[in-house]
Amino acid sequence: MLIPVLLGVAFIIFAIMDVADGDPVYQVAGPDATEEQLVVLREEMGLNGSLVERYFKYILKLLKGDLGTSYISKMDVMQLYMQRLPYTLKLAFLAMVVAVAISVPLGIVAAINQNTIKDTIAMILALIGLSMPNFWLGLLLMLLFSLKLGWLPSGGAEGFASVILPAVTVGVGLAALLTRTTRSSMLDVLRQDYLRTARAKGVSEHRVVYHHALRNALIPIITIFGVQFSNVLGGSVLAETVFAWPGVGRLVVDAIGQRDIPTVTGALIMTTMLVTIVNLVVDIVYAFVDPRIKAQYTK
Amino acid sequence: MEEENKKNTEEHDILNIENLTVRFETEDGVVHAVNGIDLKLGYRKTLGLVGETGAGKTTTALAMLRLVPNPPGVVECDRLEIDGKDVRDLSVNKLEQVRGKDISMIFQDPMTALNPVFTVGEQIAESIEIHEKLSKEKSLEKAGDMLEMVGIPRQRANEYPHQFSGGMKQRVVIAIALACNPKLLIADEPTTALDVTIQAQVLELMNELKEKYNTSMIMITHDLGIVAEVCDDVAVMYAGRIVEQGSLEEVYSDTKHPYTEGLFNSLPNIKNRQRMLKPIHGLMPDPSNLPKGCAFAPRCNYATDACKEAVPKLLCVKGTHKVACSRYESDPNFVIERGKK
Amino acid sequence: MAEASNKNEIRASKLYKKRSSLEMVWRQLRKNKGALLGLFLLIIIIIGALIAPFIYDYKTDVIGMNVRQRMQWPSLQHICGTDDLGRDIFARIVYGARYSLAVGFIAVIIALIVGTALGATAGYIGGVFENVVMRICDIFSSIPSVLMAIAVVSALGKSTLNLMLAVGISSTAPFVRVARAAVLMVRGEEYVEAACAIGQPGWKTVIVHILPNCVSQIIVQATLRVGSAIISAAQLSFLGLGVPAPAPEWGSMLSAGRLYIRDYSYMTLFPGIAIMITVLALNLLGDGLRDALDPKLKR
Repeated sequence: MLIPVLLGVAFIIFAIMDVADGDPVYQVAGPDATEEQLVVLREEMGLNGSLVERYFKYILKLLKGDLGTSYISKMDVMQLYMQRLPYTLKLAFLAMVVAVAISVPLGIVAAINQNTIKDTIAMILALIGLSMPNFWLGLLLMLLFSLKLGWLPSGGAEGFASVILPAVTVGVGLAALLTRTTRSSMLDVLRQDYLRTARAKGVSEHRVVYHHALRNALIPIITIFGVQFSNVLGGSVLAETVFAWPGVGRLVVDAIGQRDIPTVTGALIMTTMLVTIVNLVVDIVYAFVDPRIKAQYTK
Repeated sequence: MEEENKKNTEEHDILNIENLTVRFETEDGVVHAVNGIDLKLGYRKTLGLVGETGAGKTTTALAMLRLVPNPPGVVECDRLEIDGKDVRDLSVNKLEQVRGKDISMIFQDPMTALNPVFTVGEQIAESIEIHEKLSKEKSLEKAGDMLEMVGIPRQRANEYPHQFSGGMKQRVVIAIALACNPKLLIADEPTTALDVTIQAQVLELMNELKEKYNTSMIMITHDLGIVAEVCDDVAVMYAGRIVEQGSLEEVYSDTKHPYTEGLFNSLPNIKNRQRMLKPIHGLMPDPSNLPKGCAFAPRCNYATDACKEAVPKLLCVKGTHKVACSRYESDPNFVIERGKK
Repeated sequence: MAEASNKNEIRASKLYKKRSSLEMVWRQLRKNKGALLGLFLLIIIIIGALIAPFIYDYKTDVIGMNVRQRMQWPSLQHICGTDDLGRDIFARIVYGARYSLAVGFIAVIIALIVGTALGATAGYIGGVFENVVMRICDIFSSIPSVLMAIAVVSALGKSTLNLMLAVGISSTAPFVRVARAAVLMVRGEEYVEAACAIGQPGWKTVIVHILPNCVSQIIVQATLRVGSAIISAAQLSFLGLGVPAPAPEWGSMLSAGRLYIRDYSYMTLFPGIAIMITVLALNLLGDGLRDALDPKLKR
């Protein structure tokens, strides 16, 4: 079931980028190439043949780990991608940590104090976070912490300090969403009878909320997490651009600017595969966390 | 240990409540759920708290554990003592020590009473860990013992609630409640959600354990049959007040209050299938809008105008038998249908 | 004669039903102060966008360069200052509302029409068609929407229309899902069977009987999506792939302002605030609509 989806993704991306491609021989060969050289080049680059033919050739090469060569840098696309991928993963991971660190406590506080001032403030903050364009937040953070206060670098990839601002930029958007989800999940769980049983047992209120209730409330949050990974990657495209972070997102944006189609195609396909793998992992984790689901699988 | 118990318990009642009222202050008005209840329960005694849905039985029970949600619930009483200890002003810490150890409660719906993400063993052991301060391993051991005691093989301690049937879930709930040997167990309609055959099993189990552990019990139910099987004393509640109270014998054989009579009349008669069913006409009053006088007067066949004026007090008629009915106050020879034999 | 009056009665009763449910929704909405604020803000923004051409002359105020007045900090003359080409930023922001709102609404309308049609048909017909449509939906969802939009724009070229298409395509998936879910819920109902039994053609059944039940869900989705569409459009413009210069799109204004962020921070402040307020208004309204239209939701 996974394979057709991945192949389908690859096809759609390939087809779209194919339209974008035009006739790349001119780009690659330069302005002085003769017509014969162009014909040979077209053959070499595999530009002859129908869309479907070229697609299958592309897939075959992809399975061997070959994503083609960049028009601009003439480097191997797979190599370029793999070089940049760790940076993006680092950013994405840190962003998610930031998001969880902000949203779960905030969501719990909002749920416990439902309809009080604390709840309202938390929800307003969440709403503002959702409504802010992430790249703008990035610019503001850069303005404050980098340019005015000088605490953190405004770009580049040297050391841990330079990943903080980009991670917060991406993390806040996710945090806004997760806060609302946590709150609503907690509210659902706080209504449940089994909490009353726990209280009647003499369990302290603290343990009722943070052990009994939270454990149940986290389950739907994990699902959302998986879905949001796609958005985190999207957000990191912007953050990488603002903070000159050398990740995959910036690779794509720069490549588009230079009409370096193989790089864009390769990066998009690889990124989508990454998202699909992460979603799969989340599904597995979900089964472990909810014993009712685990039971279904062990049967 | 046993002697100490005997000495303690002969000195005071396990439960002593005076003038308990609970009201809920909501946006749509004040709901008077419990309106001045006195209850006393002795060592090893079982009290049946009878009434229809909405009479205030569950709220009374929750008030005893101080589990009534604080907004919007307001609980007031002159006395609330559990095993001699005044529970009214206890700090939250101390209260948590009392809950589950001195007084336990089991609730009506076993399907939702257990946490789905923890094993049943863990949930029983938690109570033991908290109150008896044992290590996790020892608590799980004892949890296994409790499971055996309620008739579930101890290997199943590692299973999750969804793997048990309704009747077995209720047994687990009972195991949790009795794990720390409480002096008082409140059972709120423990068998209502179960099949009749399972009902009998669970009741039998509760009887056994009650005897074994010398636990006093309050059995909240609307089922007069269960009361007859399990209880020593009975208190009948209507609209948040006790309208008749006494030993099982007194209330069943010498019924005084018209409402209690109505309850007995509502039972279908197996021996006389031809007899018409005699339900109590009308509905329970709205607890946010209680009538001025006796709450049962609008539905009572014996009501007079005097009944509608003032709320009747719960007065002693004979021995431990008490009734709240102004007809008895004004006319010492007043007898209801059921009393005419 | 009798037939005609019957038809009139039916029409009248349908109108009555629609009006009273609309009233109910409005009454619920009124109770939600946030939603009212959102509606109020949105109306102001729309009015501003509509009357902009009458207040400012496009050639002189919005894109006319005035080198002597460049890089001026906010003052009474220029409330938001001027940009690097001497243009009044406030005027550009007001005018920019036209682009943001237009792209946002049209993109969502495209997504709504295409998505709902696909989803409803998939849900109604079922079988292989449904499977294929849902797989494609999953495919589109695994590609981060920013990247999808980037791919489409690079294929079609940079223009406002293509931006609308790109953002629209990347927003379609949620509508497909919502429409299909709604159709599945209603499909088993008896009145659908009845319509089928009297020979009503499939498409008519879908439009007349099934869709009215999905309307509330779709409206909520749509309102919330306009907000994210506006942010997506701004993101693409920020990356240089959106509305082409010299158009006063808020995202591209931020991109320009970024170059001067160190010394002229006001340039990055105001367009971002504009985006945030607009999206906030839409989110407030969308949340309010969702609460008002969902009877199950208890606070």
